[in-house]
Amino acid sequence: MNRYIPHTEEDIKVMLEKIGVNSTDDLFSDIPEEVIFKGEYDIPSAMSEVELRKHFQELGDKNTRLKVFAGGGAYDHYSPSVIGHLLSRSEFYTAYTPYQPEISQGTLQYIFEYQSMICELTGLEASNASMYDGATATAEAAMMMVASAKKKNRVLVSATVAPRVVEVVNTYTKFHGVDLTIVPEKDGVTDLEALYAALEGGDVAGVIVPCPNKYGIIEDFTGVADKVHAVKALLAMNCDPSTLAVLRTPAEWGADIACGDGQTLGMPLQFGGPYLGFMACSKAQLRKMPGRVVGATKDADGKRAFVLTLQAREQHIRREKATSNICSNQSLMALYATVYVALMGKKGLEEVNKLSCDGAHYLYNKLLATGKFHKVFDKPFLKEFTLHTDLDVKKVNEYLASKGYMGGIDLGDGLVEFAVTEKRTKEEIDEFVTLMLEA
Amino acid sequence: MTIKENLRYAESHEWVSLDGEIATVGITDYAQHALGDIVYVDMPEVGDEVTAGEEFGAVESVKAASDLYSPVSGEVVEINEALEDEPGLINQDAFANWIMKVKVSDPSEVEGLLDAEAYAKICEE
Amino acid sequence: MKYYDKLIFELSRPGRVGYELPKNDFATEGEKEIPSDLLRKSPLDLPEVSELDVVRHYTNLSNKNFGVDTGFYPLGSCTMKYNPKINEEVAAMPQFAELHPLQNPETAQGALELYWNLQNALANLAGFEEFTLNPYAGAHGELTGLMVMRSYHKARGDHKRTKIIVPDSAHGTNPASAMVAGLEVVEVKSRPNGSIDIEDLKPLLNDEVAGIMMTNPNTLGMFETEIAEIAKLVHDAGGLLYYDGANFNPLLGKVRPGDMGFDIMHINLHKTFSTPHGGGGPGSGPVGVAKHLVKFLPNPHVKKDENGKFYVENGDEALGSVSTFFGNFGVMMKAYAYILSLGKEGIKEVGPMATLNANYIKESLKDDYLLPIEGVCKHEFVFDGLKDKSTGVTTLNVAKRLLDYGFHAPTIYFPLLFHESMMIEPTETESLETLDEFIDVMHKVAKEARETPDEVKNAPLTTIVRKLDETTAAKNPILNYKALKNL
Repeated sequence: MNRYIPHTEEDIKVMLEKIGVNSTDDLFSDIPEEVIFKGEYDIPSAMSEVELRKHFQELGDKNTRLKVFAGGGAYDHYSPSVIGHLLSRSEFYTAYTPYQPEISQGTLQYIFEYQSMICELTGLEASNASMYDGATATAEAAMMMVASAKKKNRVLVSATVAPRVVEVVNTYTKFHGVDLTIVPEKDGVTDLEALYAALEGGDVAGVIVPCPNKYGIIEDFTGVADKVHAVKALLAMNCDPSTLAVLRTPAEWGADIACGDGQTLGMPLQFGGPYLGFMACSKAQLRKMPGRVVGATKDADGKRAFVLTLQAREQHIRREKATSNICSNQSLMALYATVYVALMGKKGLEEVNKLSCDGAHYLYNKLLATGKFHKVFDKPFLKEFTLHTDLDVKKVNEYLASKGYMGGIDLGDGLVEFAVTEKRTKEEIDEFVTLMLEA
Repeated sequence: MTIKENLRYAESHEWVSLDGEIATVGITDYAQHALGDIVYVDMPEVGDEVTAGEEFGAVESVKAASDLYSPVSGEVVEINEALEDEPGLINQDAFANWIMKVKVSDPSEVEGLLDAEAYAKICEE
Repeated sequence: MKYYDKLIFELSRPGRVGYELPKNDFATEGEKEIPSDLLRKSPLDLPEVSELDVVRHYTNLSNKNFGVDTGFYPLGSCTMKYNPKINEEVAAMPQFAELHPLQNPETAQGALELYWNLQNALANLAGFEEFTLNPYAGAHGELTGLMVMRSYHKARGDHKRTKIIVPDSAHGTNPASAMVAGLEVVEVKSRPNGSIDIEDLKPLLNDEVAGIMMTNPNTLGMFETEIAEIAKLVHDAGGLLYYDGANFNPLLGKVRPGDMGFDIMHINLHKTFSTPHGGGGPGSGPVGVAKHLVKFLPNPHVKKDENGKFYVENGDEALGSVSTFFGNFGVMMKAYAYILSLGKEGIKEVGPMATLNANYIKESLKDDYLLPIEGVCKHEFVFDGLKDKSTGVTTLNVAKRLLDYGFHAPTIYFPLLFHESMMIEPTETESLETLDEFIDVMHKVAKEARETPDEVKNAPLTTIVRKLDETTAAKNPILNYKALKNL
């Protein structure tokens, strides 16, 4: 036996007797002999904690910890110490989905707070309890718009949405049978003339636009929602919830759905996950929104309490008629976001954005001043921006890595995308630029 | 449980009353009882075409959802907007609180539906 | 547990803060470069609270929760086994936590090696050629697996196969995943014992069928003994077999799904491989496939070259991508730690001990609870409520009464094959003493049902909140603090 399986020989004997069989093998006698696995697994023998720590240490040593100047969907924001401590309360993390509300008020209440915060940030009226990540949340938004439109089956997605998000949207829609059309970009932003022309087709269920976009640009969508709504289509915006403390919100743009990745709310980079997909929508779209939703109610004694609600929309009841198949989401990461937003508040989020934005503009100006980098779009940005360079990007990034820095993302054709968060100091930025010129 | 004599019924528990070429459609008292507290009615839109035997919406209770099948074919000319805010009206009186009115394309379809006696038998089963 | 129902918003005091950021010495005004039309104008009503406010608030909330660490959690089909603490420790190591997913693979060799090792361990334990670890959860794994299935048929130029066979007893996620994947669901009937009715299956098989989704043991915890024949029938008709790994736990160490004839499967790392459920995620739903399907697995793929270097590759024939990066990497770290902790010997005990525990409870309680299907079960089994139906005490009542006694309830009213389903899954990590305590309480509740049925019907009586008004919550949804405040 081992430390996770408590059965003693004596226990096993007592239990087998109760069941009326002679051995545990008898419990598998209904299984055809030929499918019983009799060999030895090709995995190591059991490790003690001492050995396990050592093994992970050795693996960890093969990774290089870098000061990050890249984004591309994962941002090196500051994680307050409090969050890790609270998330390690095992009453939170060892619980299942809150199906028994009487003993799950902790989970239900933080989800309610989370939904409230997402609604505040996006300006929309309803949020679900979370999705997997920003890309799948956007793909679900595409399917939701088609479900809402009933007979129309085309979704338009701007070419300026992050390519990794578009790839997942494309995968989902391809199999689901949705016609996906990419609206071209022009000067680094969505080509609105092309978008309006595509809307004329009459078969558009919804449109997906980004904020900020794949180059870091904050696009101007003035008038877009009206044009989209005029053809009875919906507008979904893929956005970064951290920036919504300062940037015009999806609701202010007239969007019906907001979706994206909540990793920017202080979550560790963790080699790509777990992060947090989020989705919010207007009241009119609530019934088509996928995923779990928590609502406020009262108990038999009139006490305020929280409960999973609108469950009849979901897969466990609707089966193939549900809008989505999502069950487990990223609940604990929703708690992460909730604690983060509680600690930071409005003022803290504004400050995070100001620091990131000022740092990004400082780097932007420094890079231009080197003469090795050139403007390509000259459009407004917050913490992420794209420049053109004559330098060999691959070579520069390898050199930077050897000096402890992660350089910008190579977009090809000499385009490099940099991101700066509040964690990057002026000294680091200065050194980063100096190293790039040395490479 | 009540069944009204002068109405026609579908096996899927919808009732119809035909007045000229306008059919009024709702769900039966038996259906509302089986569902329990109705929390939401997913209704079609005015102008939608419905087909006899095909889905036109759904009713939801807390932990169940039931699709609605149109007993007649035609164009939806009116929906009961009161149900948007107060779906529970169906629980109070399923026959008074209709769901949609349809301008039927073939009034004889109604003839093929069950009468009260035949529907009562189905409910007993 | 104390009753504490304040919302974090209600603790807010203007001017209070819970953070401190580095000082801004950039002397640039970046935001001034952004036109005011692109900036937020609406108010932003977020809590203004101190650090201690936050710590105490969420600590109080955690006290209102029941987890595996609190007590026995026999939630059928969810495999609520112990979540080892060392897993949490290693997953938080900064050498991994600080790793950017787009770092040059040269600088992330340790992370890629871990991904590779776990992928291979799962392939070995489940009997498949290769796994992708990218899917985020069980349902996501199902969807990915069905996309593999469709890609396979499409690559052969077989475009007619748009139907998927799903047992009528299956969990709702199966048909919902099929719908998302663009497949039309055809239901196959179950026999009274929950196994697939082969005579009903045969006429459903034709050249429009992409495959079948099954779980084995089935929803009732019974092994599908005719799996070999089902596999042959489906394969002969040109379809593939999908294995829903939600019920993999009893087979771990005993049977490999790949050896039963399945072509594709997903594993819930948060069930079989001990990673925590997190109150509903993050989970992880790796998908394994037979050799001829490997090329269809979603991008990115983690590969190893002949020099032992790990690299990331995007294949042309892949079905596409289902995740932004590599999936829930932090969750994979925990599952990997679990496999290494048990080792090749320990892992062989998992299925047998899980099965032993389930059968022990079943045999101990069938005097008071109605066991619709006799015989040896696997990791879980289903009671159809109390044996004595005259008391009017329902499965819901029993479930709520268990909360009063400090146990989590079983899964209730699923599967739909019975009216009063009560699905019990103890897992292998529970001791005989815990099982006996549970059995005693279940007997006690059955006794109460006979003697004081009204008390059981009013349960729970001692939890911090009692029965909730779910009807009003669904009729007039109040989904955020603003709506609550404006009531």
